[in-house]
Amino acid sequence: MSRFSRRSVLLGLAAPVAALLFAALVSAIILGTTGHAPLDAFQAMLASAKRPRTVVNSIDSATTYYFSAVAVAIGFRMNLFNIGVDGQYRLAAMLSAAFAGATFMDGVPAVLRVAATIVMAMCVGAMWAGVAALLKVARGVSEVISTIMLNAVATAVVSFLLNPHRLAVSVAGSNNIGTRPIGSGGQVPGFGYPGTSSRVFGLILLAALVGVLYSLVLTRTRFGFELKATGMSEPAAVAAGVSVKRMVASAMLLSGAVAGLVGMPQLLGSSYSYSLDFPTGLGFTGIAIALLGRNSPIGMAFAALLWGVLDQSANVLDITGVPKEIVAIMQGVIVLSVVVAYELVRRYRLRLEQRDVGRALGTTEAPPSTPTPVAAMV
Amino acid sequence: MSATGTAVCAGTVLRARRQRISPLGYTGIGLAVLAAVSAVRVATGASDLTSSGTVGAALAAAVPIALAGLGGLWSERAGVVNIGLEGQMVLGTLGAGWAGYQYGPWAGVLMGLLLGALGGLVHAVATVTFGVDHIISGVAVNLVAPGLGLFLAKLVFRNAPGGGQKQSPPVRDVRHLTAPYLTSWLGSLERRQWFLVSDLAAVLRGLTFQISTLTIVAVLLLVATFVVLWWTPFGLRLRSCGEAPYAAESLGVNVRRYKYAAVIVSGAMAGLGGAFLAVSSGQFRDGQTGGRGFIGLASMIFGNWRPGGLAMGAGLFGYTDAMQLRGSDAVHALLLLLGIALLVLTVIQARAGRVVLAAVAGVLGAAFVLWFAATDEVPPELVGATPYVVTLLVLALASQRLRMPKADGQIYRKGDGG
Amino acid sequence: MRRPPEQADIAIALHGITKRFPGVVANSDVDLTIRRGTVHAIVGENGAGKSTLMKILYGMLKPDEGTITVDGRTATFGSPAAAIAAGIGMVHQHFMLADNLSVLENVVLGGEPRQRGGLDFRAARARIEQISATYGLQVEPDRLVEELGVGERQRVEICKVLYRGARILILDEPTAVLVPQEVDELFGNLRDLKAEGLTILFISHKLDEVLAVADEITVIRRGSTVASVTPHEVTAPQLAELMVGSALPVPELRESTVTDRPVLEVSDLAVTDPDGRHVLSAISFTIHAGEVLGIAGVEGNGQAELVDALMGVRPISSGTVALSGHDITRSSTRSRREAGMAYIPEDRHRQGLLLEASIWENRVLGHQTVAPSARGLLLNRRAARADTQRIVREYDVRTPGIDVVASALSGGNQQKLIVGREMTGRSVALIAAHPTRGVDVGAQAAIWEHMRAARRAGLAVLLVSADLEELIGMSDSLAVILRGRLVARFDPKTVKPEQLGSAMTGAGASAGAGGAV
Repeated sequence: MSRFSRRSVLLGLAAPVAALLFAALVSAIILGTTGHAPLDAFQAMLASAKRPRTVVNSIDSATTYYFSAVAVAIGFRMNLFNIGVDGQYRLAAMLSAAFAGATFMDGVPAVLRVAATIVMAMCVGAMWAGVAALLKVARGVSEVISTIMLNAVATAVVSFLLNPHRLAVSVAGSNNIGTRPIGSGGQVPGFGYPGTSSRVFGLILLAALVGVLYSLVLTRTRFGFELKATGMSEPAAVAAGVSVKRMVASAMLLSGAVAGLVGMPQLLGSSYSYSLDFPTGLGFTGIAIALLGRNSPIGMAFAALLWGVLDQSANVLDITGVPKEIVAIMQGVIVLSVVVAYELVRRYRLRLEQRDVGRALGTTEAPPSTPTPVAAMV
Repeated sequence: MSATGTAVCAGTVLRARRQRISPLGYTGIGLAVLAAVSAVRVATGASDLTSSGTVGAALAAAVPIALAGLGGLWSERAGVVNIGLEGQMVLGTLGAGWAGYQYGPWAGVLMGLLLGALGGLVHAVATVTFGVDHIISGVAVNLVAPGLGLFLAKLVFRNAPGGGQKQSPPVRDVRHLTAPYLTSWLGSLERRQWFLVSDLAAVLRGLTFQISTLTIVAVLLLVATFVVLWWTPFGLRLRSCGEAPYAAESLGVNVRRYKYAAVIVSGAMAGLGGAFLAVSSGQFRDGQTGGRGFIGLASMIFGNWRPGGLAMGAGLFGYTDAMQLRGSDAVHALLLLLGIALLVLTVIQARAGRVVLAAVAGVLGAAFVLWFAATDEVPPELVGATPYVVTLLVLALASQRLRMPKADGQIYRKGDGG
Repeated sequence: MRRPPEQADIAIALHGITKRFPGVVANSDVDLTIRRGTVHAIVGENGAGKSTLMKILYGMLKPDEGTITVDGRTATFGSPAAAIAAGIGMVHQHFMLADNLSVLENVVLGGEPRQRGGLDFRAARARIEQISATYGLQVEPDRLVEELGVGERQRVEICKVLYRGARILILDEPTAVLVPQEVDELFGNLRDLKAEGLTILFISHKLDEVLAVADEITVIRRGSTVASVTPHEVTAPQLAELMVGSALPVPELRESTVTDRPVLEVSDLAVTDPDGRHVLSAISFTIHAGEVLGIAGVEGNGQAELVDALMGVRPISSGTVALSGHDITRSSTRSRREAGMAYIPEDRHRQGLLLEASIWENRVLGHQTVAPSARGLLLNRRAARADTQRIVREYDVRTPGIDVVASALSGGNQQKLIVGREMTGRSVALIAAHPTRGVDVGAQAAIWEHMRAARRAGLAVLLVSADLEELIGMSDSLAVILRGRLVARFDPKTVKPEQLGSAMTGAGASAGAGGAV
């Protein structure tokens, strides 16, 4: 069956490539119709992307995005939509920043201090996701709705706590406020990169570890099998002895724990404090990357890198007079078109496989279970 | 989002017919609620709880939420979940800002509606034609819309007089109407601070004083939605696409066409909600929607996928929204109200024999009452979370009453049925 | 306009219809002529292409080749709407009803009477009541469909078709869910309709029913029409020969293998639904090693709930279940499976398979915690794949390999895969819900043989089926379930289908050979 595998690789690549091309085309059209030269803009981005500083920043963004994507993908694998990664990581980053920056942490050995910060973040993320898990398991509340609501509640809680009367201090030399900065003993050093003073986040290693663990758990363990089975057909999983409630709870908690990591590279590698300008919306970026990378550990790594490069090289656009939001549009179009492309490829692949089976067995077998007529697409 | 409906065992398991509450019953419930609020007002002295100013502000805050909720209703009644409402609302604000500052508020409203409909169209193409998961498509719409908004804002507003990178030049508001004679009489009644009577007068005055014509349009749309969806052949067909699309298909209903229509109308409603925000606040601003699309979705769920319930939900959320802008006394009194509501729910659930739910509701209710008693004010940061917390509580404690369309969120593929 | 008399007589003519799906030719060169005012039966085994043909006729699928003539005019139906306009109506095998809408709304949908732009509820109600009275359908317009039973739903479906003024009715396997008495009623209805001049296409694979009701019979085999006969010309065995090329497999058990060792003991079992209503009550039975207990009942009388309760999918509110002497009343589905409960679920697409996963992964499903699929917390892919090869070989699952997705297999092969997966050496009891539903006769014969083998090997088997012939032939004893209770017991050697039918509908259950339990 080697034919199958070569074909699947090609088909697997076809969808994202088509989506990227389509997004580039749409952006070019938008740029063209609004009086900008698309090629100039793309060239400026490309030139910017090659600069060492942009490279490092792109890798750093990708590291952050990767955690978010894995958090989302854990849920996706069992058809669970953790839209709440956004709230989970913000709350987790804020509380663990306050914890790591607290005065009583000053004397703690560095390794222990960093580890405790990370564990704290994972626990907070898991706890916030746990609310949605509890509501779903106990009351059947759709996690889509509950996590959307919890995002908003998290925003309120963070702004409540991030107050000079509570967990915040004012940041020197600005009217910004943030948690008490984490001293050098609680920071994670980065790696140097030739040609720039920017450093690659040390926590990129943690991201790689999370990716490997995610891959192993999914393909090699009973838990991973049950997770995927639940995602493909809940009734079948139930009949097979999978406790769907337990799977919902564990997937949601795991997802939340990984979501807790999203803010860590930034917190421990560069800002050392959770302040008003801490990045927001990364949970939604994670959704986009998980979709583009098809929940695959490698695919999401590439997707995260692409997203990082797009984001970082976009900064040059404002200088050239093109609103850099063109990149946000491009990213949105990528997401929409990639899911469409994957769906088309999925149908095509199923047809191919049915045809192969038919050919291998002689063609007047009974019709396959779910013929999906191509005519079904307008 | 998987569909987990178990097989209907038609022979033995008959669902109880749902009790319908008569209009008179609703009036009674409404008065009872008002009486409770009034009692809290008298007890706490927080006169802003029911002042006509609060009611007017609540109404203004409820309109965009209700419009987004209506958007959700149209779409989900046809079986398409639309969490892209937020993005479609953003497009509405943009359209209203762009056309509004150039051609007047009504042109802005129309443009907001059209851009919202365009957002709906994108969602329809993805979900109906290409069978993309509804949530994913909605998230994508929400990703694209703010980017597009900001991109275009930078292009068209930056160099316009009074505009900026993230905001449009000023837009005139539409006309506001006041019921003649009635409001001054109600106003004098309100000032007496009588139990219930003054509150009723205040509510009526709030609903008749300086009402935006757009608010009236929104109310008409709410009524029209009910009439169209429940009393016309078009509505029956549209709802059948959300309940049993393959049955509809087998009777010659063009399911795709109805789903398209529903999702486009859905986007238009959300866009109108966005336009209301821009026009009533005098300009387009980046981030103006502030999650109201999601609150609209919540109000629809709160209202059990029905227009009347949706209006109540939007009213409730608009009320808490308005509270944020009033005195902290009123906000503090809200805690007591929430506590009482939960305790009432405790009694209801206990009488239905749902012990655990009753206990949870009781504990939460007591906690809110205690919180009220132990503090003097609520941190303003937390008040904004009220709609979301209320929705979570409703979903957690009363979800057995909710019934969404049966094929809601399921991907429809023509010819797959039977 | 005058036409030659023989042509005026013809309601529908299909000529050279061919329909291909990826990997499959569902219909090839089908010719079919149906005379006006007759009941015309189309017979063929599962998977022979009957349903595809009817979907083409009803506009749900487009043929790749061939022509359709209705009332002498060539027709191309792009959608059911076009077919409806041409006077064709279809009663689907799986009811096409919206549960949350009223009967009225379901009936008028797509053809609503209007009054000033709105739906004219009054006219609709009057029309439905008139149709109901004319044809004795007893349909109540204002009830919610979710409150109706199976028979009532079918009458609503027929009402839907008549409301649209159909002159040609297609009924797809209409008797599958009915008991013999209801079948007789339906046939009475059909004869009335025929007397009114309507034409009826009756799709079935139950030969005795076809011979009883049809005026003409067309046989479909492997997607093509192979014969057109009248009931007078043929006997059931001859029809079977035409249909499958050989005699139909007979469900039967040979010598008794029943032992006195109880394996599955259920006593006083009760199950309530989330609203607190009893869906099962006072269920008691014991199945011994080597014994098959058949459960007969009209769909929706608690069979699905019984199976769910035994598998631990649905919580038991009172009573006990014991497996090999161990109480498993509170055990999870997983521990029941680990203790040797094998399970062939009712709906293989929903509950039995991961359609988008490979065959070997489907082998693991349900056995993911035990060897050879697992080693501790890890999956043992190599062993699982090897065992899948064995199942494919021993159970004759026709597939080019074990990496093919399950949805690419035919229904019969999917079911054989499930049976092979469940028949492990550890199994002590088998819960088989409709094990041969919708599979071709080859697979049917094979599955029956596997069940006989399981029985010989000492498994206790619970067989739930809607096919009375299968129940009578494959059971050592029979119980009838009605409104969540076991109301009668029968000896399959002596029972007649009509007696079962009476007990299943509650008409004179005590008069049955077995009497109340």
